[in-house]
Amino acid sequence: MLLNQFLLLGAVLFCIGVYGVLVRRNSVLVLMSIELMLAAVNINLVAFSAYHDNVAGQAFALFVLTIAAAEVGVGLAIVLLIYRNLRSADLDDVDVLKG
Amino acid sequence: MIAQNVAFGILAAAIIAAAIGVVRSNNVVHAALYLVVVLAGGAAQFILLGAEFVAWVQVLVYIGAVIVLFLFGIMLTRAPMRSEDDLDNDQRWPGLVAALFLAGILSSLLLDQWKWGATEIELTEPTRTTEITSAIFRTYIIPFEVVGVLLLASLVGAVLLARKD
Amino acid sequence: MFFLDHAWLVPLIPAVSFVVILLFGKRMPKQGSEVGVAALGASFVLACGAVVQWIQRVGDLEEGEGAGHALAAFGQSVGRLGAEAHGGPFVEPVVHHATWFSWGGVELGVGTQIDGLAVMMMFVVTTISLLVHVYSLEYMRDDRRFTHYYAALSLFSASMLLLVVADNTLQLLVGWELVGLCSFMLIGHWWEEQPNSNAALKAFLTTRTGDIGLLCGVIMTFFLVERATGEGSFNILQVNEAALSGDVGHTLLLWTAAALLLGIIGKSGQFPLHTWLPDAMAGPTPVSALIHAATMVVAGVYLGARLFPVFYEGFSIADGGVNVMALVGGITVLVGASLAFVQHDIKKVLAYSTISQLGYMVMGLGVGAWIAAVFHLFTHAFFKANLFLGAGSVSHSGSHHSFDMVRDMGGLRKHMPQTFITFLVGTAALTGFPLLAGFFSKDEILASADNNDFQFFFWVGMIGAVMTAAYMVRAIYYVFFGEYRGGDHAPAAHGNGDDLVEHHLADDQEAHGHGDAAHAGPHESPGLITVPLWILTFFSAFAGYLLAPMFHIEKFTEWVEPTGAPFFPALSHPEFEWSKALIAIAAAAIGYALAYLFYWRRAYAQDLAQRNALARAGKTLLVNKYYLDDLYEGVVVGGTKGPVARAAYWVNQHVIDNVLNLAGRGAMSAGRFTYNIVDQRVVDGAVNGLAVGTGDAGGAVRKIQTGRLQRYALLLVLSVGAFSAWLWIYTN
Repeated sequence: MLLNQFLLLGAVLFCIGVYGVLVRRNSVLVLMSIELMLAAVNINLVAFSAYHDNVAGQAFALFVLTIAAAEVGVGLAIVLLIYRNLRSADLDDVDVLKG
Repeated sequence: MIAQNVAFGILAAAIIAAAIGVVRSNNVVHAALYLVVVLAGGAAQFILLGAEFVAWVQVLVYIGAVIVLFLFGIMLTRAPMRSEDDLDNDQRWPGLVAALFLAGILSSLLLDQWKWGATEIELTEPTRTTEITSAIFRTYIIPFEVVGVLLLASLVGAVLLARKD
Repeated sequence: MFFLDHAWLVPLIPAVSFVVILLFGKRMPKQGSEVGVAALGASFVLACGAVVQWIQRVGDLEEGEGAGHALAAFGQSVGRLGAEAHGGPFVEPVVHHATWFSWGGVELGVGTQIDGLAVMMMFVVTTISLLVHVYSLEYMRDDRRFTHYYAALSLFSASMLLLVVADNTLQLLVGWELVGLCSFMLIGHWWEEQPNSNAALKAFLTTRTGDIGLLCGVIMTFFLVERATGEGSFNILQVNEAALSGDVGHTLLLWTAAALLLGIIGKSGQFPLHTWLPDAMAGPTPVSALIHAATMVVAGVYLGARLFPVFYEGFSIADGGVNVMALVGGITVLVGASLAFVQHDIKKVLAYSTISQLGYMVMGLGVGAWIAAVFHLFTHAFFKANLFLGAGSVSHSGSHHSFDMVRDMGGLRKHMPQTFITFLVGTAALTGFPLLAGFFSKDEILASADNNDFQFFFWVGMIGAVMTAAYMVRAIYYVFFGEYRGGDHAPAAHGNGDDLVEHHLADDQEAHGHGDAAHAGPHESPGLITVPLWILTFFSAFAGYLLAPMFHIEKFTEWVEPTGAPFFPALSHPEFEWSKALIAIAAAAIGYALAYLFYWRRAYAQDLAQRNALARAGKTLLVNKYYLDDLYEGVVVGGTKGPVARAAYWVNQHVIDNVLNLAGRGAMSAGRFTYNIVDQRVVDGAVNGLAVGTGDAGGAVRKIQTGRLQRYALLLVLSVGAFSAWLWIYTN
């Protein structure tokens, strides 16, 4: 196995996640896309850990995992609040800061 | 080695397909399920790379808790559980361009840095859990504690935010 | 010689008194009159002292003291001489001079030149001024501007004395102008009545017309000296010497003399600028006596006497025949005398008489009778002042302040005997009654006229003498004889024609201290009035004896005429001839007889003017004063005033105002342009444009901030990608 292929996989997955963040209307779907990005980061970290034979990468992947979970929790709480105030989870409707 | 490459290839394809499914699906619940596939594939990749502990944690936490959380979120925000016309906003093409652009740059960078074929991963044995935990509880104890505090904060924050009063 | 050296005190004391009266007069117990009287008294004493010392000085000539020698004195050639040989000693004038400033070779200064003429004039001016001051204490009692009157009198006395003692023509000019100013002030003393202020203006402007000549003449005297000596000066002695030296061209002398003559015509009331003198009678009578009889009007004659060499050479008086000066004088004699016949106002009779006598003086100068003219000036001052003050006395106490002889006077010799006698003596002196002052002085002029080959003027003078006698007797008839005509009616406010009578306001008269409750009738005047009359009567009678060739007395000539001096031509003096004296006496007698027969006996030509058209025309001509006033006021002034003033007004309204309006409009439109274009469009446009541009730019940039997260995310991703690409390329 080459490192490159994992890295490439991670890059592509990340970009798909970016696409999803930019394009999806529903805020939950945006959060899911963010999960995609984080997953890609995890793959990178673990691949490097295996390549360098260093356990730090895996440790950090665990940390990322944890943080992702925390972030999803808070994020969904915010989405809930938005939903309560705007009656809709559509991100296009959240434009109060429109200049 | 070939078996690992093949396995990698199948898994990679599955992951990519499922990821595209997440971002292109018209049904929110389908998207969540596609995300499950992505995460599962990711866990499998971890096993390929010898990080068994990480893989299992991913399955447990991500697929077990986070996806459930997503599904709850979908339910609570009354997202239609059926397919609807368009879950995309008007940025589709600019977003595609941006993603492709980013992809191109990332790949070029990566390939530039690590030449194809020059980096070979050699695994002798899967990583033992004690190594990870030793690393965590020794070298990375402070990040560990910080993450713990962060979890606490996010927990409190989420509860606070979502309270109805 | 204290009084001669310090003669500058004589004008100074009245000047100081002027200031004192002006500043403090109102607070003094007698409202300043005491200061005036005291000052003039002091000046009179100084003048008398000067007279005495000058006479001494002349006397010392015999012993060689104080004598100047013609050839040595100024180092000049003596020039043309007259019939008698000269080069002998003469009495040098006492000259003191102080330079005020000198600039560019011209030196301006003040000084005194005391010789016989100056001393005589000082005596005359201070005497009559002092008597007038005393007289006015009673006459002007309770006047509304008593203090200012005395201040003006003091100023006048100071100015006249300044003129008289002047040693240079500029100082003379200053004094001349000042007396003109005082005359204006005093004629218009009761300026509340329009006729009075008109008369004052007329006097001032008419003499001003003459002063043009005087100014030119004074400037020309400077150049006279320059032509003769190479360096110009205003000093009178130098001017006279230059005129006599023969080094100056005749043309310049002629022009200078003509210019100065114009000044004399204006100031001394010669024809044709005599019209102001009768109108000047609107002033108070003491003023008329002082200024318009005795002193100011003779300033012209004094000028002629002082600068006589200029006239002598300029008009070629030595050649005899006719010259401008004598002609002007002669015409004036006849004009003045003829107009005196038709006056109802006694002051106007006296005014025309003054004009006529001034004509005698100028004529005397014109025929080369210098000492005679000066002597006539001397005597005339006394008897004319006497007559004027007498007229004032009559009006004050006899005719309820009216001067109209025909309406308001008559038969006053019974009620006012003192005034009658003094007036009679004055008249006799004026008309040349034998052995009184006027007889000697007038006779001297006529004799000189004949002697110097001016026979024409001899007869002019004789005719004038006849007329003088006649009109003065007429005046006496109206005032002192016949029935008293005043008292039954209010005094005439205006006589016939435009007689100007002194106008007091009625309320001023109530407090007149005559002691009578309601002006009970004509009565003699109080002592303050009659005493000056007697003093003047004394002089009228006896002043003539100073120069009486009949009795071989020539004291006046000896004291006054600067015989033998290089600054005085040699003049011949007539011998006394009984034939001429008898002709003069006959002339006076004819005049008396004519008047007596006409008025007392009504023997001929009564109401001729009503019966005969020619006589009526003649009378109308006289009553209208030869239409000269109409000529001056109507034609000259009106013609100038009308078209010129209208033209000036047109220029002002259309040209000047247009220029101004144009400038104003231009400024306004410039302002508007600046506001509209520059300020509103350019400046505000720039400022607003900047703001709008900024706003629009901001508005454009604002569109980025859609409030939509994903838009931001897109931009973020794109920019990160671009940045990293650039960085990668850059580092590679």
